Amino acid sequence: MIAVVLVLSALAATAVVLCLDPLRQIVLSGMYGLLLVILFVVLQAPDVALSMLVVTTVAYPLIVLAAIRRTRR
Amino acid sequence: MNRRAIRGLVALPAIGVLGVLLAWGTSGLAPFGHFHGFYGQLLNAITLPERHTTNTVTAIVFDYRGIDTMGEELILFAAVVGVVLLLRGAGKPTTRDVAQDEVRSDALRYFGVAGAALAVLVGLWLVAFGLVTPGGGFQGGVAIASGVVVLFLTAGFRSWRRVGKERHLDPLEGTGAAAFITLGLATLIAGAPFLHNFLGPGEAGTLFSGGSLSFLNWAVALEVAAANVVLYTEFLAQYVVSLVRDTGDE
Repeated sequence: MIAVVLVLSALAATAVVLCLDPLRQIVLSGMYGLLLVILFVVLQAPDVALSMLVVTTVAYPLIVLAAIRRTRR
Repeated sequence: MNRRAIRGLVALPAIGVLGVLLAWGTSGLAPFGHFHGFYGQLLNAITLPERHTTNTVTAIVFDYRGIDTMGEELILFAAVVGVVLLLRGAGKPTTRDVAQDEVRSDALRYFGVAGAALAVLVGLWLVAFGLVTPGGGFQGGVAIASGVVVLFLTAGFRSWRRVGKERHLDPLEGTGAAAFITLGLATLIAGAPFLHNFLGPGEAGTLFSGGSLSFLNWAVALEVAAANVVLYTEFLAQYVVSLVRDTGDE
């Protein structure tokens, strides 16, 4: 289980790096974050997983999206 | 040599060295589930008998390293103050009615309000039982703030702005940060160590476990929730400003 999630998150991380469109990159980074959340749960670190869950899927995309919208005027 | 080749020439050795270092470092780690660190073992053994809390992580955060948590909280406070200083006054939307972020679907609006309420409820639950089950002030705080994001998304930024005024939000953040320090200083004035647990350890497995740690927990929850809401509001205000300017240019 740990190995599966580790491989998946490594793939997702590579996808985030290789993606060139910032908007797609945010969605990918959110998915990568979710995989990390699953990894934390699998490794029995629910406290970290809980904060990571909100930060990676809500807070970070929201702030980056607003920043991209602002700078792309 | 073109730019791509130069970039590769610079990056590849650096990536190689970092990769070798990383592999070397992780190969020496104990396998998952076989942690041999002294402090980890010690805290796992003494938290329940000493502090009567079943969540060792929260006991560490608010008790064994309470003063570090205060610093951590002040970092968040300072970071949000920095964001507010930079963004507030960078340009307020002048013609508020121009931007198109109105939500026209009633169903979506009701769903959003229900979702926001659910997120806030989950957040409060995470804070309240932070000393018993996984969770605590930080996790609960960000969950509560995410409820506000759901409101932004499903009821529009302006609807939120009517309720969430700066003069109501900013003091909440300061109160959360100040409450932590006040609790610490109060015990110091009373002649006990900084952040001393003045209520005793309480009963394990109940909401009373951890004693006055739960006050610190709630103080952090208030600080984190308010800080995140202020942060989201400032960034979304920028977004709405840019929308106004876009339509103004066309």
